[in-house]
Amino acid sequence: MDLVTFGVQLLNAVQYGMVLFLVASGLTLVFGILGVINLAHGAFYMLGAYLAYWIAAYTGSFWIAMVAGVAIAFVVGLVLESVFIRRLYGRDHLVQVLLSFGLILVIDEVREILFGKDVHSVAPPAWLAGSIQLTDNLSYPVYRLAICGFCMIVAALIFLVITRTKIGMIVRAGAENREMTRVLGIRFDVVNRYVFAVGIALAALGGIVIAPISTVFPGMGDGMLILSFVVVVLGGIGSVAGAAVGALLIGLTDTFGKVFFPSVSSILIYVLMAMVLLWRPNGILGRREV
Amino acid sequence: MRNWLVPAALVACAIALPFAAPTYYVQFVSKAFIMGILAMGLNLAVGHGGMVSLCHAAFFGLAGYILALLSPGYDAASLLLTLPAAMAAAAIAALVIGALALRTRGVYFIMVTLAFGEMLFFLFHDTGIAGGSDGAYVNAKPEIAIAGYRLLDLASPAAFYFVVLAFLIATIAVLTMLVRSPFGHALAAARDNERRARSLGFPIYRLRLIAFVISGAIAGLAGYFAAAQFGFVAPQMLGWHLSATVLVMVLIGGLRSVTGPLIGALVLIGLEEVLKASTDYWKLAEGLIVIAIVLALLGGVRQLWPMIFGARPDAPPSRRAASPVAEGHNG
Repeated sequence: MDLVTFGVQLLNAVQYGMVLFLVASGLTLVFGILGVINLAHGAFYMLGAYLAYWIAAYTGSFWIAMVAGVAIAFVVGLVLESVFIRRLYGRDHLVQVLLSFGLILVIDEVREILFGKDVHSVAPPAWLAGSIQLTDNLSYPVYRLAICGFCMIVAALIFLVITRTKIGMIVRAGAENREMTRVLGIRFDVVNRYVFAVGIALAALGGIVIAPISTVFPGMGDGMLILSFVVVVLGGIGSVAGAAVGALLIGLTDTFGKVFFPSVSSILIYVLMAMVLLWRPNGILGRREV
Repeated sequence: MRNWLVPAALVACAIALPFAAPTYYVQFVSKAFIMGILAMGLNLAVGHGGMVSLCHAAFFGLAGYILALLSPGYDAASLLLTLPAAMAAAAIAALVIGALALRTRGVYFIMVTLAFGEMLFFLFHDTGIAGGSDGAYVNAKPEIAIAGYRLLDLASPAAFYFVVLAFLIATIAVLTMLVRSPFGHALAAARDNERRARSLGFPIYRLRLIAFVISGAIAGLAGYFAAAQFGFVAPQMLGWHLSATVLVMVLIGGLRSVTGPLIGALVLIGLEEVLKASTDYWKLAEGLIVIAIVLALLGGVRQLWPMIFGARPDAPPSRRAASPVAEGHNG
């Protein structure tokens, strides 16, 4: 493998890892703060991609699709939290699993009623549609580079908000010791609602940015859900930094696995997960007993 | 004595069914019984062991695939050879996945089992084993034959039904014995208070792993007969949507009982049948019903059944015996 090919694969790995991070950070935030395991997270990723396709087809603008898609997901998140998710706090994981499974069935069917079950594609914004010529017969799409940059900005924003702002402080305190934080007068009903909506919006954002380079298809949420779970298990639940580490590890394993071991590439990430479970059952950056 | 009357009557009804009902219903009830075996097996892990597993469909599907792979072309496979092989494969998969997943707790356990279950799904979906994403056919139903003479041929729906019924009753018997045994009490103790059970000296990891493996083997038993009944296996058999659907059956039937999940399976499969017949959007309706059931259960009631009928049904003795272990029972 020459240096240019290696570089291209490395970029692919980072780009894949960054999108994974977007989605998985939403999942890990929701679990860390709300204590709710949300299986419907992948469904919102799928919904984001379909919204991107649908809005972009109507308005002709990917940017409008992006902003509107995230806004819709955020509002849906607020509504779902106040109708369903609110009832799951402090409950058995089993009921959380099954309620979110019910949500998946509903979302899947609503998607089928609204958008059908066809496979769609979305065009990237015109000025990001080209490619950079690397060598005579090798080029790299600009849009993939843009995803890398965009996701890194979002990741930096998430870290800034969590580590530098008052909201972030409340979120961290809530993840650490919810009862104590409540006693100090933090309104967790409000915090929970917005954290859930942000988590859902992050999943949808992941689906929106991936739409132009992948196809938009009904089963895309399931695959992403499993990957996000593996990311969270690798990194440690509730830890956003852990999600970043886990997502990049999976990006690298999957991309280079496909290059070096194409026949077994689809199970390599699970081998990675098994090794991490043997080494650190609570995740690489996890410390809490869950 | 009265405790035996209702189960005996139910078994008598079950035996009489093929003589009274059209073939379609015999096949339908066979299918429901198979899902009932799967749900009861899963409940050994979920309800009795406190391990919420999302990979039991993988054990179910794996066993089905073993039957498909071992079936010789267009001839019937031998039940006595292929059934143990299929159950052993499911048990080994459960041993490996369980040994890793049981290093974690609670929500981690759910995510890890889901991920490993999907690994098996992708193994059959992406690689060429048994037809990849297209699935594979089981052309002839398994049989028991000695020296060329067929003792039992599952090709007849009635014979298939009776074999499934026999395995159903055997599963209930084995699970009831397990749950009532010292092993079952220790397992329940570990579920109710892990720290206390550990300080009492119970080997919790091993207890849970054994329960998980038995539970996986029972899922394999169900998967074997599901593959034999439909004559077809596809990767979707291993997918986690099936695992979650079976969890719904367990929740409907009641986590603390042995036969409850069987009732849950009959209810949910009957419901699906009605919904499929009446609306194109049956999944939407099913999703809403699942949500409604879960929300109803959040009222603080652990079991739906007593909620509907006002009191705990005390007919089948196994159900009462499987109630949570009393405090101080293990000391």
